Amino acid sequence: MGFIIPIGAAVFLAFFIANLLGYGGGPASIPLMYDQIVNRYGWLDNAEFSQMLALGNSLPGPIATKIAAYVGYDVYGWPGFIAALAGTIIPSAVALIFLLKILRKFKHSPIVKGMSLLVQPVIAIMMLLLTWSMAADAVGSIGYIHSIIIAALAFLALGKFKIHPAFVIILAFAYGGLIIPNL
Amino acid sequence: MKSPYSELTVGMLRTGILGFGGGPSVIPLIRHEAVSRYQWLDDEEFGDTLAIANTLPGPIATKMAAYLGYQVRGWPGALLSVAAHVLPSCLAMVFLIGFINVLSNSAIVGNMIAAVMPVVAVMLGQMAYEFGEKAIKGLGTVLGITFFAISFILLQTVSLHPGIVIMIFLLYGAFHFKLKEKLKNKRAERKEGSA
Repeated sequence: MGFIIPIGAAVFLAFFIANLLGYGGGPASIPLMYDQIVNRYGWLDNAEFSQMLALGNSLPGPIATKIAAYVGYDVYGWPGFIAALAGTIIPSAVALIFLLKILRKFKHSPIVKGMSLLVQPVIAIMMLLLTWSMAADAVGSIGYIHSIIIAALAFLALGKFKIHPAFVIILAFAYGGLIIPNL
Repeated sequence: MKSPYSELTVGMLRTGILGFGGGPSVIPLIRHEAVSRYQWLDDEEFGDTLAIANTLPGPIATKMAAYLGYQVRGWPGALLSVAAHVLPSCLAMVFLIGFINVLSNSAIVGNMIAAVMPVVAVMLGQMAYEFGEKAIKGLGTVLGITFFAISFILLQTVSLHPGIVIMIFLLYGAFHFKLKEKLKNKRAERKEGSA
């Protein structure tokens, strides 16, 4: 049992490094996680990794944490599950909390006010580009007609009738499961 | 259902279970819970949080979840919020690996997930519009459109990473009001001089 700590630490470290270097959120860190999991530690082989990724893509929630949870558990049971998730989540979350704490302290200074004003156009364009790529993905997988019908209904439900997005997503599931296969 | 802890749990569970399509596509869902439904922070603060979160490495959704939890109830809130957001799908990963073939080869499951994409696109589009509107309101039409164009060129044409583009704008933003005042003073001086 002398190597219990090293295994737990290795799991933590592997996911900490992959996510630290994976600048750009979960999807950007997948190749780095692959490098740690398959090449460096050999916890999974190539086929197992792609199988796991396929499962991850058919489930909701952030991809990085799903990979971490699966591999951590596979390597070292529940302690591994926790260590891998901790390595993935905690460092960047704590950094964000401290950074925002500092900014909020000076929120009335013209410096911070200027900063929060100037990020708005970037966020708008960033979201616009995400909208575009999500729409392209939708058209690529279910075609123009279904995509436009769903988008139009979603626009009415969310914008006009102010229905909770959770409910709209569940309706979209039903549409995908019941209507798409039969049309 | 009124305690902040149960609101955090329910709100973040919902975003974790319904957030298909990876980190960025869950942002509008998180914004709905945090700003519209529970008012943990206002929209401007949400925008700041999202911007700063993008400049840091690591998954975006868990950073947002942790900060919102912290904002509502300190460190215990942060832990609860992250756990509610990631645990359902993480536990599903561990327990569903035996059903991998059923899940990832099923046409029905594939269609169900694909049918959510247009909904996510609409939510992202609404968010883009609302932030765009706010930018125009705060900066004026000319400056607003100029900064949209610069953002677009840097993100799409130059393909700079969003975190880096945000950092550039944050850096300029720190001097924006100072610069504006200087320009105003100069203009006033010139007017005085010509008068």
